[in-house]
Order: sequence, then structure tokens, then C-alpha cells
Amino acid sequence: MDFFNKIPVMDRTALRELKKGIDLSFKDFSRAYGDGIEGFFDPLLYFLIWLEKLLVNSPWPLVIGVFALLAWIGSRSIKLVIGTIVCFLIIGYFGMWKNCMATVAIISVSTLVCIVVGIPIGVIMSKSDRTEKAILPVLDMMQTIPSFVYLIPIIMLLGIGKVPGLLAVCIYALPPVVRLTNLGIREVDKETLEASIAFGATPMQKLRSVQIPLSLPTIFAGINQTIMMALAMVVIASMIGVKGLGVPILQAISNQYLALGMMNGLAIVALAIIFDRVTQQYGQRIQKHRGQKK
Amino acid sequence: MSKIEINNVYKIFGKNPKSVLPMVKDGLTKEEILDKTDHTVGLDNVSLKIEDGETFVCMGLSGSGKSTLIRHLNRLIDPTDGDILIEGTNVMSLSAEGLIDFRRHKMSMVFQRFGLFPHKTVIQNVGYGLEMQGKSEEERNKISMEKIEAVGLTGFEKQYPNQLSGGMQQRVGLARALATDTDIMLMDEAFSALDPLIRSDMQKQLLDLQAELKKTIVFITHDLDESLRLGDHIGILNAGKLVQVGTPVDIVMNPADEYVEAFVKDVNRAKVIKAKVIMTPANESNGIDKSNVIKVNEDQFIEEFLPQIVCTNSNCEVIDKEGNIKGYISNKELQSSLLKS
Repeated sequence: MDFFNKIPVMDRTALRELKKGIDLSFKDFSRAYGDGIEGFFDPLLYFLIWLEKLLVNSPWPLVIGVFALLAWIGSRSIKLVIGTIVCFLIIGYFGMWKNCMATVAIISVSTLVCIVVGIPIGVIMSKSDRTEKAILPVLDMMQTIPSFVYLIPIIMLLGIGKVPGLLAVCIYALPPVVRLTNLGIREVDKETLEASIAFGATPMQKLRSVQIPLSLPTIFAGINQTIMMALAMVVIASMIGVKGLGVPILQAISNQYLALGMMNGLAIVALAIIFDRVTQQYGQRIQKHRGQKK
Repeated sequence: MSKIEINNVYKIFGKNPKSVLPMVKDGLTKEEILDKTDHTVGLDNVSLKIEDGETFVCMGLSGSGKSTLIRHLNRLIDPTDGDILIEGTNVMSLSAEGLIDFRRHKMSMVFQRFGLFPHKTVIQNVGYGLEMQGKSEEERNKISMEKIEAVGLTGFEKQYPNQLSGGMQQRVGLARALATDTDIMLMDEAFSALDPLIRSDMQKQLLDLQAELKKTIVFITHDLDESLRLGDHIGILNAGKLVQVGTPVDIVMNPADEYVEAFVKDVNRAKVIKAKVIMTPANESNGIDKSNVIKVNEDQFIEEFLPQIVCTNSNCEVIDKEGNIKGYISNKELQSSLLKS
């Protein structure tokens, strides 16, 4: 009877030893390789710092001008450009300029990292069903595991700072671009692909001249999602030392500052909407010649 | 040496095709194989020869394996067993690079749903094969413009495929296949997606081009009229088996089995059969009244001179190009050739 009332449990001391063993070996690992790994991420750190300084130190009208121009290039919509300018003016007016620029910097860098890492992974995934099956569960895990859980090893390894924050953001934001690159390439019309092969394209030529261009709209939807998820991580990243709009929100939580929290939260929302609309409209614009007839 | 030679090719789709191969070779039917092993037989012991400069039409209903067969020629699909020789080269023996080179220079292909690149303009589409061959952009555009002109699309070269109608899109597909100037052209149901008028138009265009270019064309279709019009030889596939190969007249006059018979049952024979096929040779024509004859060329189809005969109630005197009398056709010959069965 006892068996049915009590679930089999590992022996207490053995369990404690197991956990301790894992912790210790990871500590040894981080002591041995921590510096090396940190050194590996140095270029990324310098780039992030450089971008942040550039955004903060440049004259604000110039920065807003550049954003407006980017919004125009992406969307070709006057409304969106005006909306962008107004949003940034309001953010500046309420004293959130510096934090906002820090957030823009880390979002840009992490999105860039996700694109550089994610698209090749997506391409490899689309090559065979077996790699897809192997990579999918990893992506599921990255998206569902509570971020605090992977913050622990990252902090043990790299300490607190910009790079661990960046990594945390990337882990969370990477899956959509990988998934949608894979999906986009798999969705390319079979006959179009056959045509490319029949005329003697090498696998690389096929990828570059047909598969990537035709899946760009889908890939762009993935990049859009990646940016959104990166923004969602801003507050958590600020817990481990990333500057930006998340820092005042953390303060607001611990001190119950309603207005401060709201303002910074809305600033994140504004950034999200601008990024989302611009990238979405760009994605739609590049499929002008696909799909529907004129 | 034949231009294309296919020897005992088998293609089985499924998880472990090799294991099923002996059963197929033992003569089990497609249905039995599917029941027993969950494998689909695509091609079952297909052998055929296609000569240089001819149009070979491969015909069958959907699922008969014709699209599978054509994809074996440029190895978009690999056979489970058997050899494919193109100009004496076994394509199965080619290395990866060799195969790519072979596809670039030996064969081009036209697709049922066109297979155009929607993100490229017409001229870029037409030049794609040339780009793969490594030609410079200038040279590409020059050749592409010639081919665009040849298919009658001048003025559309800067448009994108989906700005064109179906017929025009397939002309782009045809121009793309012509541009690489390969000896062999594969056409996979190239005109099946087009409406009847445009299809007939495209068939004529293909015949005109072929009269000039003399390429080896392998043409897939499910339309008997199309195959009779285009083919020098026709091969008929049923459930992965090649049931008959022959000239259009062979197929219509002597169907090999019930399947082919059902196919040719409704065909307008007058459209297919030439005067020289049914005539009684001049030296055996004693019983035919030669007082009231009209002259017809030996290569004319019955359809072309039938109205004349009916109106004038006369017999035919069949002559060749030089005007020599080759034979005669009376009502008796006409009747027996046009009656079904």
C-alpha cells in the first residue's frame, strides 16, 4: 500500500550530492573558461557600448532625424514617420531619452546577433527533416524555460553586466527568426525550386538566388517577432545590469512608483509599435511581385 | 547511338525502396505492393530510346508516372534501379559537379505551372540558365532578348511574371529553356495549365520552333490530341509501365491493349492519318476507278482532303512532292481507316 501513497523519491543525501556535484563542476567550468568566454564576447560588448554612446552623445535632432529616415525607408508612410518623431519627442520630454537610447542600442545589437546566428540555423534546419526534429525541441525550450533559470548559469559564467544581459535577451528572442527562416525556405514553391536545380544551380546558388529571396517576407516576419521578444526582455535584462528603460521600471516595482513605471512602460510600448510597424510594412513591401496579381 | 536511352528503370517511393524492388521485379502489381509494403511504384521496368532531333511524347493519366519519368532524365529524381544514358553517358555515374555541369549544358526544362522566379523580371528569368552557365550579364541579356523576341514577348522584358497572363508566363518558361541552347528540352505538361485556344497557339509555336531548331524534345502530356499533334513517337504509360511506344498512326491504328484503346477511342482519326498510310499502292490499284480523281499529297491528313472527295464524289490519286503517282484511295480505304475498331 505504501507504494501507492508515496511516490518513489531519491535518497536525500544522494540527491543533495547530485545537485552539489552539478553546481561544483559548473563552478569549476566557469572558473576555468569564464575569462575566455568573456573575452570571446568582448567585440560585441565594445560594439554595444559604442552604439549606446553614439546614440546618447549625438545631438537629439540628428538622432530623431535618423530614426525618421529609417522609418521612411522601411515603410514609405508619412503617418508612421510623423508618429515616430512625435513618440521620440514625448519620450525625451518626459526625461527618458537616455534610457530609451540605451534600450534601442541593446535591442538593435541583440536583433543583429539573432539574425546573424538565427538565419544560418534556420537554413540548416530547412535542409533535412532530421535536423529540424533535432533543433525544434531546443527552440521550444529556449522559449518556455523561465528566463531566471538560464540567468543563473549566465551570471555564474560571466557575472553581471551588459554581455550576460545581451545573451539572456538573445536566448529568448532567437527562436522566432530560426523558426520562420526554416518555414519560409520550406514553403518555397517546389516547381520553382526544381527549375533552379534543372538549370544547374549549385546548392549555394539555389539558396542565394531562389530560396532566400523568396522566403524573405517570412524571414522578415520572424525578425519582427524577434524584435518584439527582445523588447519584452528589457526589464529582466535590467536586473542583471543592462541600462535602459527597464531600470526605472525595476525601481518603480520595488518602491511602488506608479507614474514612473507607467511612463517607462509606455515608452517600451511606443518603441515596440514603431519597430513593429516599420518592419512589417517593409516585409510587405518586398513581396510586391509575389502573390497577388496586379 | 540514341540520344536518350532508358534501360530497365524502376522507381519505388517509400521508406526502403531497395527492399521492395525484388517484389516489383517478380511482377506484383502496384496495388499489391502498396497493400503489402506501403511503398508506391512510380516506374516499373521502363525502357525506351529517343532519337536525336525527334519529339517524343510521353502520355498517360495522372499518377501513371510520366512526370516521374521525365525527372529521371535530369536526375531531379534518382531511379531505384536501372540505367539512364544521355548521348552514351550514364547520368547515374556523374559526380555532383558533373551532374550540375550536365544540367547546365545538356538539358533544359519547361514546367507545368511554369516554375518561374517571381522575384525576377522576365529578362532575368530567361537569363537564369545562362547565369548558371557563368555568362556575363551583357551576353545574358543579349541572348535573352533574342529568345524573348522568338516567343513573341518583346516589350515585356522588364515585367515580373505575375504581371503576365498564363500563356505569356509559359512563353517566358519556353524562352528560358531555349536560352541555354541545350540539345535536349524536357517539357513537363508544359501546356496543360493553359486554356484551349492559347494551348493550341503554343503547340503551333513549338512546332514552328522545332522545325527550325531540331532539338530533342521529351514532352509529357495527358492530352491525346496534343501528343498526336506534337509527337514523332509516343510512349504510353499506365501505372508506371510503358504499355506502347509508336508513331501517332501506330497508336491510333493498332492500340496495344485496352488501356490504349480507351485512350484513342474518341480521337478524330481523319486528323491523324496521312494519305500515304491508307492508300493502295499504284501497282495494286486495278480495281479503282481512275477516271474521276483529285490529286492529294502523300503527307496530307485525311481531314484535309475529305470534304473535297465528299463534294465531288471522286477518288484520290496520291502523289509525292515530285508529282509521281504513289497510289490511290477509294471510298473503301477511307471507310476502313475511319471506322473505329
